[in-house]
Amino acid sequence: MIPQFIVENSPALMVIVPLVAAFITPFIGRISSGIRSIWVGGAMAVTSAITLILAFDVYSAGTRLYVFGARAASAAIPPDSGGIPIRIIFEVDPMSALMLVITAISGFAIILYSLSSERSHTGLESYYTLFLLMITGILGMVSTGDIFNFFVFLEILSLASAGLIAYRIDGGVAVEAALKYFVLSTIGALAILVAIGIYYGEYNALNMAMIASRMQFSLLDQVALVLIIAALAMKCGAVPMHFWTPDAYSMAPSSITALLVVASQASLYGLFRIVFSLYSVTLNAVMVGWLIIILGVLSMVVGVTMAIPQKNVKRLMAYHAVSQTGYMLLGVGVGLAVLGNQPLLDAFGYLAMEGGIFHIINHAMYKGLLFLTAGAIFLRVGTYNLNKMGGLGHSMKWTMVFFIIGALAIAGIPPFNGFASKLMIYESVFMFNPVLAVIAMVVSILTLASFVKVFHSIFMGPKLPEFADVKEAPLAMLLGMGILALVVVLFGLFPGIVVENLITPAAHALVDQGAYISTVLGGA
Amino acid sequence: MFWNLPLIAVVALTIIALATIVFKKNLIKVFLGIVILESAVNLFLISLGYREGGIAPIYTNAPSSAMVLPTPQALTLTSIVIGVATSALLLSFAIIIWKKYGSIDIEMIRRLKE
Amino acid sequence: MRMSKIVRTGANLLYPFILIFGLYVIMHGHLTPGGGFQGGAVVATAAALVIVAYSYDEVAGMLKKTAMKARESIGLLLFIGAGIAALVVGAPFFYNFLANSGLLFGMPVIPGPNPGDLNTAGVIPIMNIAVGIEVWGGLAIILLYMLSGIRKEES
Repeated sequence: MIPQFIVENSPALMVIVPLVAAFITPFIGRISSGIRSIWVGGAMAVTSAITLILAFDVYSAGTRLYVFGARAASAAIPPDSGGIPIRIIFEVDPMSALMLVITAISGFAIILYSLSSERSHTGLESYYTLFLLMITGILGMVSTGDIFNFFVFLEILSLASAGLIAYRIDGGVAVEAALKYFVLSTIGALAILVAIGIYYGEYNALNMAMIASRMQFSLLDQVALVLIIAALAMKCGAVPMHFWTPDAYSMAPSSITALLVVASQASLYGLFRIVFSLYSVTLNAVMVGWLIIILGVLSMVVGVTMAIPQKNVKRLMAYHAVSQTGYMLLGVGVGLAVLGNQPLLDAFGYLAMEGGIFHIINHAMYKGLLFLTAGAIFLRVGTYNLNKMGGLGHSMKWTMVFFIIGALAIAGIPPFNGFASKLMIYESVFMFNPVLAVIAMVVSILTLASFVKVFHSIFMGPKLPEFADVKEAPLAMLLGMGILALVVVLFGLFPGIVVENLITPAAHALVDQGAYISTVLGGA
Repeated sequence: MFWNLPLIAVVALTIIALATIVFKKNLIKVFLGIVILESAVNLFLISLGYREGGIAPIYTNAPSSAMVLPTPQALTLTSIVIGVATSALLLSFAIIIWKKYGSIDIEMIRRLKE
Repeated sequence: MRMSKIVRTGANLLYPFILIFGLYVIMHGHLTPGGGFQGGAVVATAAALVIVAYSYDEVAGMLKKTAMKARESIGLLLFIGAGIAALVVGAPFFYNFLANSGLLFGMPVIPGPNPGDLNTAGVIPIMNIAVGIEVWGGLAIILLYMLSGIRKEES
């Protein structure tokens, strides 16, 4: 049904399509803005379709290798290179495929939303160009098998996101937020580059599988690991380096904030990929595992306590994003702490990792949905300040429904998807260390309390006179939110199917370093 | 000893750059700190590929003797390209901040919190 | 902000030479040190020289923003186009299908020390040209935008 050509070349096409579309967009925009909308939406739809085809293929037929510039897509090691994979390689295993699914769904929902929400703004050709570049960066980051290539895509992503955060200058305040984000991410990226230099100097390779097969965990590797963990934890907004998150998330246009959530998940993916696939059992699993767990617990607690007193609805949600990132770090950190200890790994390690990974996809969906609802409210009301809103439930019914779905999911209330993944995290973390599980539950309750407050101040109460003529959000925006809400509900209703088909292969792919290496190097 | 000189320079540049980023109040000087940090990293990459007595890796010279490694040079070039984009974006942010705030002192760029 | 006549005349004289040198670096990227980005950066310095020597209004007439934007996009599309052409041949993206094919840039590379044959290396020179065009446009447009931003500030 699907042409073989597309399936075979899907890893390349999913990067080519948004990249080409991004740079044709300025020309199309000169014709008319309506055609541009169709063009951008179409390009994103095609990208999502290709990405989903690739992900489906990976889940059904196993890890896919795509070697750029070789005669055949699977020829990782050129015959005259002495056994070293020298080319840029995309290695898409189930974990990458999961991230591809997240990007495809969110990207498509968000572009639908922003076609309508950005209509009245100027300078849109650069907006969509940068938007598609962000998608390119995320897709490249999560599928590459070459560590320098990872750095390049990371930089594409940071440049595009910084441009988009500053996109509505807002009297300079948005630029200030973008400045904060970009200075930090540039320094972080340079730290990653130093780490890459260390790997190259030590192992004469840039291919992740090759480095992994030669990994010694010497002192230099430890320095590199610290640099990478620090940089990527900063990029995903974990606590000691979280201060850019509320600023950047609250000042960016809402659709971009939703995409930034996906981007931070991609950084999280990079962190897991490097810890598990590059180092795996060579590192001191208990120490690094606890390091990640502590980062996670700090993020959870600090994020939620900072969120409660916020008055700006997007700032509040941004702090919750920090807090939810903590759950993923906690889950996967527990999995890492018992890595190499097979009985414990089987007892609760895999479950914890599955919970953490499941939470990645759930978080991207409900947090994206919440930010989109915040954008819809801002479009109609013109403020993010909770104290000035009220009574919107009368006029924005669909937005209210979507907000409820997102809020209940983030608080971990059944039958929504947040509950499914949080339950897995509670169960497994309780077996590892009961205190951590209790902290996680308390944070969840505080999250619920915070969102009840938000819900009350936005939607409840009598209809306010100043918002008498507020209308429901436009149809395209509702469609975008609806897609995400549908995923939230479906994942919540059928968690078993999702975990079995999407999450478990991903967790096992992450743990199984041998398979990751042998896909590229063969044999072994 | 002579071998280590580039690496000593890398460390010195990194310290200078970090001190500039942390202590300077002028936004442009902070950006210059970032550019210096980039140079330090680039120097680190280049010095990784150095082989004693090696010549520049140009194919048409095709020497039988050793060449320095071309890969770190390619990495450095990529990093320089990214650095250009980074500095351009940072400087345009500085221009906008100057226009909107009338100052590029980082003490004055504090409107977000309010 | 117009510089003296000496500077302007000097800029006029140097402009074609910088342009030629930059294009040389781009064209010979696969043989000698240099390549698309370096050559493009050299060409863009020609634009920088003109911008420094003349006032903004005069430069805006000489270097059009739209033309530079077009260069940026066309360069990138040419680059990706060279990669996609490999897909059409049936190989993975970026496969060097022109190398040793006898077509454009398709001569085999002579081993040993030699002055170098321009007609080698397959798609690499094409990509160098593409990158050169793109960097030319990109850097020039950065300079033009920053200059226009400063001018508004003064008035």
